[in-house]
Amino acid sequence: MSREIPHLAHAAFAAALAITNMPALAANTEAEQLREELRQTRESLESRIAALEARLAATQAPAAKAPVVERLDQFENRLSAVESMPPPEAPPQPASAMNPQMSLILGGTWARLSENPDDYLLQGFVPAGEEAGPGARGFSLGESEMTLSANVDPLFYGQATFGISAENDIEVEEAFVRSSLPEGFTSRVGRFFSGIGYLNQQHAHGWDFVDAPLVYTAMFGGQYKNEGAELRWLAPLDTFLELGAELGNGRGFPGADTGNGIGAWTLFASAGGDVGESHSWKAGMAWLHADATARSYEEPDLLLEDVSNSTAFSGDSDTWSVQGVWKWAPEGNSHERNLKLQGEYFGRKESGDLVQSNASRGEGLMDYRSTPSGWYLQGVYQFMPAWRLGLRYDSLDSGNSRLSSQDGVLRPAAFPTLAAADPDRSSIMLDWSPTEFSRLRLQFARDASREGQDDDQIYLQYIMSLGAHGAHQF
Amino acid sequence: MKRLHRIFLAGTLLLGAAAAPARAELKVLACEAEWAALATAIGGDAVDASSATTGKQDPHRIEARPSLIAKVRNADLLVCTGLDLEAGWLPVLLQQSGNRAIQPGQPGHFLAGTLVKRLDLPSSLDRSQGDLHGGGNPHIQLDPHNIATVAKALAARLAELDGAHAADYNTRLAAFLERWNAAIVRWEASAAPLRGATVVTHHRDMVYLTQWLGMRELGTLEPKPGLEPTSGHLAELVTQLAQEHARMVLRTPYQAERASSWLADRVSIPAVMIPNTVGGSEEATDLFSLFDDIIARLTRALA
Repeated sequence: MSREIPHLAHAAFAAALAITNMPALAANTEAEQLREELRQTRESLESRIAALEARLAATQAPAAKAPVVERLDQFENRLSAVESMPPPEAPPQPASAMNPQMSLILGGTWARLSENPDDYLLQGFVPAGEEAGPGARGFSLGESEMTLSANVDPLFYGQATFGISAENDIEVEEAFVRSSLPEGFTSRVGRFFSGIGYLNQQHAHGWDFVDAPLVYTAMFGGQYKNEGAELRWLAPLDTFLELGAELGNGRGFPGADTGNGIGAWTLFASAGGDVGESHSWKAGMAWLHADATARSYEEPDLLLEDVSNSTAFSGDSDTWSVQGVWKWAPEGNSHERNLKLQGEYFGRKESGDLVQSNASRGEGLMDYRSTPSGWYLQGVYQFMPAWRLGLRYDSLDSGNSRLSSQDGVLRPAAFPTLAAADPDRSSIMLDWSPTEFSRLRLQFARDASREGQDDDQIYLQYIMSLGAHGAHQF
Repeated sequence: MKRLHRIFLAGTLLLGAAAAPARAELKVLACEAEWAALATAIGGDAVDASSATTGKQDPHRIEARPSLIAKVRNADLLVCTGLDLEAGWLPVLLQQSGNRAIQPGQPGHFLAGTLVKRLDLPSSLDRSQGDLHGGGNPHIQLDPHNIATVAKALAARLAELDGAHAADYNTRLAAFLERWNAAIVRWEASAAPLRGATVVTHHRDMVYLTQWLGMRELGTLEPKPGLEPTSGHLAELVTQLAQEHARMVLRTPYQAERASSWLADRVSIPAVMIPNTVGGSEEATDLFSLFDDIIARLTRALA
């Protein structure tokens, strides 16, 4: 029995319905009713046809067939008539139809810290901004993050992410315009997370632990954002191979304002692939060069209490990194169980002048060279749907800073922050995600960032995602 | 200086020409295995079709793996279900691929879901109802009439992208539809005993199948779409099934067996694994054997 024609009509009708109905679901009740009636009509007709077909098949006598076929034809005709009824009027498109997609992340923590977070110091490392540290004790609102994104026109795509802190500050985390170019090139301009590290390119709510690895705190004061332009190229191969370069103003740590020129540039390359159906990997390396002009921080005075001496570095800063991620999921089905191993290494070389306005001795000029480095390794295992257990080890090595006075005013001891140290931290976390939109996390860490003092940290965290369905990077 | 520029330009163009691979086949990347099978059936030798996911994977939850980014980068045509089924991973692949030909709105971006009549269109959208799909239930491939509808549109799209083989696509489409329509008659005949049979499914991913065969769904193991089955909800199901008996409980290969076998034991009905795409079972090697296997498994469970 040919059901071809009705089904074509079906498809056309359904498509028409879909186009007209999708934007205004609730408003279009009339169309809903009509569709429901049609559905019922179709169902009843279909079942009656099926019954007739069955009877037809069962009937042996050819004489009895003719009237049945006739009746079936009548049904076919009626069915097509019903289906070819004009679709309901298109509802007016609301003015908001072209609004950008919006998503909102709500986060918060409760923390119990054995050491006072106000005394936090990452011994041996130049402080990389104010955000460093384990956060506040007790309840604190995490950063609420709002992302707006949409295609600008056929050529450009725009995205902005605003972080609203508990202190009521609004920060532009990312705001960029992206454009796909021919031959696998993609470009971005604006402010965006740099390709210098694997975790650097993810928003904090996508991290597997409450806080960033220590090496990110030490090297970038959290995450390194580039403000400038980026070009990426994906090689036309069966294996993933991506090359990228960024030019930026270099105002963020480890750079410092240099005026008109290009203050920082980044080069990165990453490759990745699958091993069988169950394993996949990605590895990469990157290089960041930044010019620093008067990048300043405060050194506590050795003699006077509650006095700090403004200290400024001017020179070159080069950072390189190596990253690797390995994921396992049986037959590629990550819903039940999966494992993710990830590690990153960062090394840095800085050389230039260090100037300190010392409260007791006056201004001193030093030659400065340092080679800090650090790494972390973490594994997160989902042992049953919704539940994951993670372990992370962080290690830093300040290297030996070489400080020698150019003018004989100050001795290296005037820079206590830079005294050599090798902080480390171990963390364990357990999280539960009833859906992909919500996550609750418990984390325990022993943080030995401060020389000779272990800070035992317990965190409870929630991360909720509202609005547009966010897609996750590998 | 000008001459130098020209030499540079010529050199770049030459390099580009040398690097461009000889295009023999249209590279089709399907998001789900059924569309790869369909593209192969219609495209034959003229296309090189592969699938981003297998029958053992949940198309809702796929990692945007580097290997998939590379595949999207090199694809001439992307064939996906759409209707937000791939919302968690496809946007990342599209963004990172740098391939303009397969972006939404381009001829290289083909969505099957919007071509057919959709079920489960929500009258309101709110995530307290679970992971709803505003455009309707996206698991459209389990009604073979939908496959036929998509086949026609896909053949037209292949012909549009690859005019040189347009006649081949039409010939193969006609041959496919003839076999397919004959197979539908056969499947509907052998599935006749299933009409009216009551079932419980793990997720609402069999609605097109049960509607096609006239089966009746009594409920799902998931309390809400996308949520893990809970013991409380399963207990409610047992109570409900005491009132109205179900004939079987259905799940796909990537859904854990635990919940369905628990319920099956509890109310003494068979728990049946239904391959919901090509590769979901050993028997389901192409679209024809997929439906052969589905009907066989269902009728066996009824016996």
